[in-house]
Amino acid sequence: MSEENKGNWWIWKVFWILLGLTTFEVLLGVFKPDFLNNTIFLGTKLLNHVFIVLTLIKAGYIVLVFMHLGFERTNLKWTILLPAFILVPYLLFIVLSEAGYTYLML
Amino acid sequence: MSETENYGKAWQGDDKPYAASYGKLMMWFFLITDTLTFSAFLASYGFSRFKYPDIWPSPEDVFTHFPFLHGDHPLLFVALMTFILIMSSVTMVLAVNYGHKMQKNKVILWLSLTIVGGFMFLGSQAWEWGHFIHGDRGGIDTQTEYVVHVAKGEELSSVYSLMGVDGHDGHHHHFTKEEIVLGLENQSEYNIRKANGEYLTNEESIKYLKKNATKVLLGANLEDNEYGHRLFADYFFFITGFHGFHVFSGVIILIIILINVVKGTYERRGHYEMVEKVGLYWHFVDLVWVFVFTFFYLV
Repeated sequence: MSEENKGNWWIWKVFWILLGLTTFEVLLGVFKPDFLNNTIFLGTKLLNHVFIVLTLIKAGYIVLVFMHLGFERTNLKWTILLPAFILVPYLLFIVLSEAGYTYLML
Repeated sequence: MSETENYGKAWQGDDKPYAASYGKLMMWFFLITDTLTFSAFLASYGFSRFKYPDIWPSPEDVFTHFPFLHGDHPLLFVALMTFILIMSSVTMVLAVNYGHKMQKNKVILWLSLTIVGGFMFLGSQAWEWGHFIHGDRGGIDTQTEYVVHVAKGEELSSVYSLMGVDGHDGHHHHFTKEEIVLGLENQSEYNIRKANGEYLTNEESIKYLKKNATKVLLGANLEDNEYGHRLFADYFFFITGFHGFHVFSGVIILIIILINVVKGTYERRGHYEMVEKVGLYWHFVDLVWVFVFTFFYLV
């Protein structure tokens, strides 16, 4: 797909996707459906898992389309993404699982 | 071509394994480090939240205001801030896109709109900070370090309402714990909500405060936080502040780039890659906000 000829429609498409997902998140946050709010999964509400998945989808659109990473060479793509994919879940796992053991230690 | 010839060529720097320019590559590497910084911030926020799961303030009790509107509107204002930032990301992509097409005037137009979006976001954040610092309901600190709130039955009320004053009249209020206890003794419809969300009766509240209360908290800063655990305010200031600092430096860089575009620097250079590199930074700021929005306001 050549830069010069593809127009602007793809930018607005991503805009509407981001806006739609954000609106959906806000509506979920305001109305909190009982099923999602009361079901606990992996230490937190199912609703929070929904938020995290929607956030990751939004992040994907921003990085791959707006930041153009989806159109870069594969080796560049993975050079950028792999450190985050490895280090961030590792950090979260260590920190969040340890937090439970420090509970109410003042 | 022989081995030696190939070897010599590689060291002349002709190879471009990433097919990206030096500047763009370095911008990406900087953004990786920044990603890890913000991840560490949000992970440590998660740590504190998981450490104090039952007394951590609920965001919808904290961020409830919208300019010129009365009553509680949780999430509405941050939703607007998110919209502003997404919108400015879109104008940025448009500027980059017209840069590829070498259309100087359109780059100027969309870059300027991006800067306007950046200023709008910064203004919103200033308003949000102002409100957070001024406070809303007031709270009472107890010896166990947890903050309790004034309620009316099973609904949150405020210290101001209990004391019969308007919290937003611009005066600097100050109350002692004795005044709060007296207020509860005189008005039996008021009671308190403990940090874990449990509502006490009026008599229990008076007993609880006489035993535990240390001082009345109005507003939030790095030491006192009327909304709940003081770490909540600390993280709020650090995370949204660090993000706001990124937005601010982004706006400054955008202005410098805009001046260059107007002067025709990139026209003479033959390409608008500088706009693209700043665009990467600007989208990254939007990307971070998407996560801050989720983990600070939604979850």
